[in-house]
Amino acid sequence: MNGAVFAAVYLRDLRLAWRRRVEAALPVAFFIVAASLFPLGVGPEPQMLRQIAPGVVWVCALLAAMLSMPPLFASDLADGSLEQLLLAPDAALAVAAAKDAAHWTISGAPLVVAAPLLGLLLGLPSEELPVLFVSLILGTPVLSLLGGVGAALTLGLRSAGMLIVLIVLPLAIPALIFGTGAVAAVDAGQSPSGHLSLLGALLIACGLGAPVATGAALRIALE
Amino acid sequence: MPPASSMTPASLPSRPPALRLVDVACRRGERLLFTGLNETLEPGELLWLRGGNGRGKTSLLRLVAGLAAPEHGRILWDDVPVRRSPRFQRDLVYVAHANALKDDLTAAEALAFLARVHGRDAAPAAVRAALARFGLAGRERTPVRSLSQGLRRRVSLARLALAPEPGLWVLDEPFDSLDIGATATLHEVLDGHRARGGSVLLTSHHLPLSVDAAGHALPAPRTLDLDALVAGRPAVAGAFAVAAPAETA
Repeated sequence: MNGAVFAAVYLRDLRLAWRRRVEAALPVAFFIVAASLFPLGVGPEPQMLRQIAPGVVWVCALLAAMLSMPPLFASDLADGSLEQLLLAPDAALAVAAAKDAAHWTISGAPLVVAAPLLGLLLGLPSEELPVLFVSLILGTPVLSLLGGVGAALTLGLRSAGMLIVLIVLPLAIPALIFGTGAVAAVDAGQSPSGHLSLLGALLIACGLGAPVATGAALRIALE
Repeated sequence: MPPASSMTPASLPSRPPALRLVDVACRRGERLLFTGLNETLEPGELLWLRGGNGRGKTSLLRLVAGLAAPEHGRILWDDVPVRRSPRFQRDLVYVAHANALKDDLTAAEALAFLARVHGRDAAPAAVRAALARFGLAGRERTPVRSLSQGLRRRVSLARLALAPEPGLWVLDEPFDSLDIGATATLHEVLDGHRARGGSVLLTSHHLPLSVDAAGHALPAPRTLDLDALVAGRPAVAGAFAVAAPAETA
């Protein structure tokens, strides 16, 4: 992989996000607002809120990650940057990996940080909060990697935002199951290590495969 | 030592490679834009790509840059297909119609980013010098969003000043939005590049080429007219015009 291209794209995207801080904060704002609606919608019963808390946090994290996906490559395509980035044949993989990494840093990491607070808000026991935190550390990069594939596949298409959601949500179901399952295991007095291991394996598989697929999709989009 | 402008490509110690297009055809969607294109761009040459709207000028530039594959034929740099040539990636500067600048970066940051991803000198001093070459001294820290279209074009073209090696420059409408001073600067930069043995493939609708290159020992600019290529069937020999530009008379 072209390390110089990776570093340049990653650092540029972080710099751009810093310059558009309000825009970059929208996914985490959506995450907090959406999760906060559940007590209003399903009622303030503490036992029920505690039971649905892992699922609520994970689903809201998934939707928040999808919210920030459409512009991942679209702005680079529109201003000509993507053409310049893909001039070298070996650059597509580095560009894809850097954009995925930057997306997680900008959108995924704040979700991970905010998740325990939402867990507390929904009455999640303190012993389950670290597991929720770890599951999101392992799971949110998977969402960024899968989202990158969806964003690249729909690049230049109309209704790309909706198509990304339709492509990525089914693929993200395993991460959702293992992530919420880890917290549920602790709630049931079991070890969460099995779920977390599967989540880790999913992350490794996506880390190895998704940037390659994303890079290939970007090349096809430019042809 | 002779000035750069008086050096001929032949006088350079190692001759840069030539670009060869062999029986190239290009398709966009269902439409065959051109076919049977054979052309060689030698070191030190400038080839002005001409043709009406939609004739495939930009498409041909993208083929040469390796961003797309031709429908048929081969595009070679140093006798290696451009899409598989590491040397071509080092030697190529492609300035597309879009400037590839981010509004939220400063002019220096935007130029340094493009230099970095293309493996060129992105040191602050080099970037400042490149911007100054195109009349942007003092505007290094100006956000791109605050620059006019012409100034943005200058920032994009400043990449040429960061590429001293005699490679291939592929330029899509480089004179667009430039004022008289910037146009003259671009001519000087192009002439200097050709004097070092570099080659240029460009397209423009309004090309006031500096063909009055008095004092230069450079090959005369040539034109390649895509309008003369008949799409849908192979072009016969000489179907595309290669001649000195008539507009300069």
